[in-house]
Amino acid sequence: MPEADITITVHDVNSAVSILAIEGEITAFAEDALMAAYQEASDGATQSIILNFDELEYMNSSGIGLLVTLLIRTQRQNQTLLACGLNEHYQRIFQLTRLNEAIAIYPDEAAALAAINQTARTS
Amino acid sequence: MDDRHPAPRDAAYWAQSVDKLSIKDAPQEALNLNVEGRQTVGPLQGFGQLWQKTYRVRMMGCESTPQEVIAVWKERFPEFQPPENRFFPSVAGVQPGEVVLINAMTPGGPVSTGVMVLYSDDESFTLMTPEGHPESGWVTFSAYDDGGVVVAQVQSLARANDPVYELAFRLVGSSVQEKIWRHVLGSLAAAFDVGEPVSLDKQCVDARLQWSRAGNVRHNAQMLTLLYNLGAPFRWARRLFAKKEQPT
Repeated sequence: MPEADITITVHDVNSAVSILAIEGEITAFAEDALMAAYQEASDGATQSIILNFDELEYMNSSGIGLLVTLLIRTQRQNQTLLACGLNEHYQRIFQLTRLNEAIAIYPDEAAALAAINQTARTS
Repeated sequence: MDDRHPAPRDAAYWAQSVDKLSIKDAPQEALNLNVEGRQTVGPLQGFGQLWQKTYRVRMMGCESTPQEVIAVWKERFPEFQPPENRFFPSVAGVQPGEVVLINAMTPGGPVSTGVMVLYSDDESFTLMTPEGHPESGWVTFSAYDDGGVVVAQVQSLARANDPVYELAFRLVGSSVQEKIWRHVLGSLAAAFDVGEPVSLDKQCVDARLQWSRAGNVRHNAQMLTLLYNLGAPFRWARRLFAKKEQPT
């Protein structure tokens, strides 16, 4: 199998929120890296996972399929999955594949974090 | 996109966004039903359990590259289907955004539907289903090099679109579908003079039923195709009378 050209950095904002900063390509070969990063980010207390796509260089349809699988995993754990840093093109792909109906999209990490805090305050 | 934000490398491979599907030039021999005006639906919009099924054939002895395999697969896609599953690509072929009409015969009767080419590059292409199709999701056809051997793969990520389809899949549809994709990979391999077995790995990604999507049944292409066929004698009679009433 070809090597995955992806680096995912996990950053815990606090015990309830983690950020996965994605750099490189999301294709079928990124599955191990993405799921390992999710495992690292997702301990018992994690409620929200933010995917930061600022450094995303390439994504094909298998990559979008991986995001669907990740979304289902987070839903099973009663976690919320959010996305930020998507450029215009990838926002359009989220709409095309109707992923935007289940993953809220924000311009940047600050906006995503603000939305999480807002939800926490109102619940 | 501008100089500071050049178009991503994958930009040309994706379909343009469409609110509803439309068919410009349907092949004459195809029954064009249940596609026009429908929205595409992904793995999140359907009703049934979400399954990921991966079929693979290792093309031992095949000297073609993955890109060459995909080129042949796109060009001869309808030919690799079993005879009861007729695919009608547009004149443009397997290109992003194009619609492929499907006229199939299933154990539950005929079904006319279609798929949209969601993504297409040199190493893979993906078909996404519309409302009313038995499944809600997509299927990706790809080829890659695994240690010097080309592997051809079909991977579906989809759930039944409505409760009727979910029941049908559980009874017989799932095994029928698996037979279809095994047939397609077998035909592809045979086109390259390869006779290796097709493997299948399947996992239930989401066992929950999405009851909020039960209303999808109103688009059910199988039931609408049945109704269309039941109406054939009336359409024939109407055409006959219309001809007789024409002034000479």
